Amino acid sequence: MANLTELCLYEARDGLKNKSFSTKDLILDHIDAMESSRYLNAFITETPDLALKSADLSDDNYSNNTNRPLEGLPLGIKDMFCTKGVLTTASSKMLSNFIPPYESTVTNNLWNNGAILLGKLNNDEFAMGSSNETSFFGSVINPWKKNDKQAELVPGGSSGGSAASVAAKIGVGSLGTDTGGSIRQPASFTGTVGLKPTYGRCSRWGIIAFASSLDQAGPITRNVRDNAILLNSMCSHDPKDTTSSSKEIPDFESSLGKSIKGLKVGIPKEFYQDGMSDEIIKMWNNGKDWLKSAGAEIIDISLPNTKYALPCYYIIAPAEASSNLARYDGVRFGHSINSNDINEMYELTRSDGFGDEVKRRIMIGTYVLSSGYYDAYYLKAQKVRSLISKDYNDAFSKVDVILTPSTPNSAFELNEKCDDPLSMYLNDVFTVPINLAGLPAISIPSSKDKNGLPLGLQLIGKPFDEETLYSFANIIEESSNFESLDDIWWLK
Amino acid sequence: MNKLINGKTGDWEIVIGIEVHAQIISQSKLFSGSSTSFGSEHNTQVSFVDAGMPGMLPVINSVCVEQAVKTGLGLNAKINKFSIFDRKNYFYPDLPQGYQISQFEQPIVGEGKVIIDLEKGVEKEVRIERLHLEQDAGKSIHDQHPSYSYVDLNRSGVALMEIVSMPDMSSAEEAQAYIKKLRNIMKYLQTCDGNMEEGSLRADINVSVRKPGDELGTRCEIKNVNSIKFIGQAIEYEAKRQINLIESGESIKQQTRLFDPKKGQTRSMRSKEEAHDYRYFPDPDLLPLSFTDEFVEGIRKTLPELPDIRRKRFVEDFGLSPYDAGILVSEKETADFFEIASKNSNSKLVCNWIVGELFSILNKDSKTIQESPVTPENIGKLINLIDDGTITGRIAKDVFEIMIDSGDDPVSIVDSNDMRQVSDEGELDGIIEKIIQSNPDQVRSLEEKPNLMGWFVGQVMQETKGKANPKTVNELLNKKLLK
Repeated sequence: MANLTELCLYEARDGLKNKSFSTKDLILDHIDAMESSRYLNAFITETPDLALKSADLSDDNYSNNTNRPLEGLPLGIKDMFCTKGVLTTASSKMLSNFIPPYESTVTNNLWNNGAILLGKLNNDEFAMGSSNETSFFGSVINPWKKNDKQAELVPGGSSGGSAASVAAKIGVGSLGTDTGGSIRQPASFTGTVGLKPTYGRCSRWGIIAFASSLDQAGPITRNVRDNAILLNSMCSHDPKDTTSSSKEIPDFESSLGKSIKGLKVGIPKEFYQDGMSDEIIKMWNNGKDWLKSAGAEIIDISLPNTKYALPCYYIIAPAEASSNLARYDGVRFGHSINSNDINEMYELTRSDGFGDEVKRRIMIGTYVLSSGYYDAYYLKAQKVRSLISKDYNDAFSKVDVILTPSTPNSAFELNEKCDDPLSMYLNDVFTVPINLAGLPAISIPSSKDKNGLPLGLQLIGKPFDEETLYSFANIIEESSNFESLDDIWWLK
Repeated sequence: MNKLINGKTGDWEIVIGIEVHAQIISQSKLFSGSSTSFGSEHNTQVSFVDAGMPGMLPVINSVCVEQAVKTGLGLNAKINKFSIFDRKNYFYPDLPQGYQISQFEQPIVGEGKVIIDLEKGVEKEVRIERLHLEQDAGKSIHDQHPSYSYVDLNRSGVALMEIVSMPDMSSAEEAQAYIKKLRNIMKYLQTCDGNMEEGSLRADINVSVRKPGDELGTRCEIKNVNSIKFIGQAIEYEAKRQINLIESGESIKQQTRLFDPKKGQTRSMRSKEEAHDYRYFPDPDLLPLSFTDEFVEGIRKTLPELPDIRRKRFVEDFGLSPYDAGILVSEKETADFFEIASKNSNSKLVCNWIVGELFSILNKDSKTIQESPVTPENIGKLINLIDDGTITGRIAKDVFEIMIDSGDDPVSIVDSNDMRQVSDEGELDGIIEKIIQSNPDQVRSLEEKPNLMGWFVGQVMQETKGKANPKTVNELLNKKLLK
């Protein structure tokens, strides 16, 4: 039998349904892939024993015809999701010993739908970063290399492990979280499909908080159909999260193949940037052509406050983070360094437990909320955020989706931008405004740059209209003929 | 008229504003389902939310919101139909989230007022600035181990109302009257049990002094004073301390102080410079609170009769003096007791009996009215026995004493002890005749000393063990002796 890891989510699902192979066969192949791909450092915790145990139950369910929608499908989960009884670290030394006594709502939904946990995935510490280099457990390595096969590249971040594992075909899909682009940017860097749903679509309960008003869980998959299937099992209205939506959850998979004829696509002029590479512009133009050929109408639009999005984000997200991360004080759980003085205990614990990027954001956040600076920074950023939301509201009175590149560039080399936070932050220039506006957006692999590295297009949708995004994403996917990774150089 | 304090340099005026933290009566905490009952084993009423575990989220308890609105209405205050929860950030081991969820710029309740009752029936209005909802912190315990402190999170997340007054009080008595009135209103509303010993009601007192007519002086805040008595002591001490400082040429530094009940003194806790920067900002985990007019009006309909209105009714309907009515309504339980006792009885007599006989017994034994050994129903029956002439006022006191000891019904006490009033003229006549016969000297002296009539009355009472109807006895004696 061929290696079952070659099957994408829906193929594996159909194979299991048809009893072409057992869940155990599928899980064993994925465990093999996980173990032989440790060089990529995508997983922090592997759970092969738990997975095999669950596989037996799934096989029983298939034989009894009591199989659930995701029965027996192995998934990797970003280490920001609390998983009951399984180490959950947020890739931080601070939580390097933390085993939650509860399961996040989103992962619980997946397990209730029959999915199987393969392991916990590496990410930037507390999801702060765009290259997965801030993890206490080390960088994740992008399975993609340039044509010259030389330098190792970052997978993007913060959901770097989630994107890299899917690109390397370990697991049929993964979960990420996206606060400013943390799903879409790594998806773009690894040739995978990553969706950030509308804020409120998925419950945040049990997800380690970075910036509460921006955080949202989402799926990373090998293709658009898998993505739609996974999202369906993730979302639910959760009374434990006040910001979770009670809107009806449609069957996302059925929006694939729907006609987009007569629908309008907005092209925001503000996303054309000085020095933007020809390859990115070409990909963007290709995208417009594909959608036009499928019957959509292309319309130039303006999102005038786009240029303020990044500074606005780097005030609001650190402000919330500085408060959300205050609970890591060494008193009740996690890393702790004892002292006879309580303030010294806090200082020692937090100095040692947090990495540089997390400390940087806590300091920025503390500063912008301080008395005397609050009005000039935090309050002003909130006003700008409202203006950005209004830009999108106005735009969506004229168009059905907005098309942009996902990132201004392809994956860069390890250590290339580590010491230059500003240049690192610029990676999120196209993704951050969407979180500020709370909208759904998807990154679809669309072409390769001159070095053979993947580039993604981003589709932005109206609130709670992930269906239209999937219809459009499906057309881009079919039109682009993107060739997935074929070189498995990292295998020993 | 404001009460002034005489200093070396003349008269001083005290200015007092109070922040009260009142624990809301509710089954569960403000943002979690944990129980709020007092006195449970340490750390047994703590959910993952209360312990600030990663990924946990607060969910508002609607009962607490209703209680806050109800209290706002009871304080004649403006209900804000839109309000916001903010995070107040600071580090402390008994604050698991590293922030307290509170309300800062947009509280649930705005300006209101309370009428406080001072001596001799004087009333004064104290303005309320705001009322907001917030979570309580846990409790740090420092006296259980020589080198460790313990943390109990049972209280972490319990719902509090912070009620902030304007600086409208000018003496310890006014401050005490304000706390009593506020506590009483909340007890009437059943939104806070007002128990200061258990910490359900805590007060931070802001005190400053000034020469009459001057601008407000620099204030000091005295934190967490937990009894009405200590509030009085703390204010007296703090005002004198400030006056002495200023009169000796120093200035007052804004600071937070603590009251030491053992020494009766306040001492500095931290200066303004050391004050926390709480970095308030809207809590992104919670939606703003917003209500309709119907919601507020619905709660208004559930308001009980509040003390000021009840007092008015007692005066108008029962003919009580405003002073007596004020005493009765000043504790909800006393007013309730009175209403039960006077249901089928003479209200004025019931009031006199409660304020006089019953209170002196309760005071002697340091008991509250809820712990009264006599039920209100039995007080009512006792009053009826006096009112309809079944027993004399003197006998009533004996009956009352038996009621206190035994808790028995006064009617059965009177019956079984043969305590009924003797009004029968024939029976009394015989007794009087016998006394006249046996005391010829006294009868003779009566013409010179008319006061001796009282001696004859006493003899009759002694003979009848106090049961003789005093009116009948007087009539008979007058008829026989003053011909």
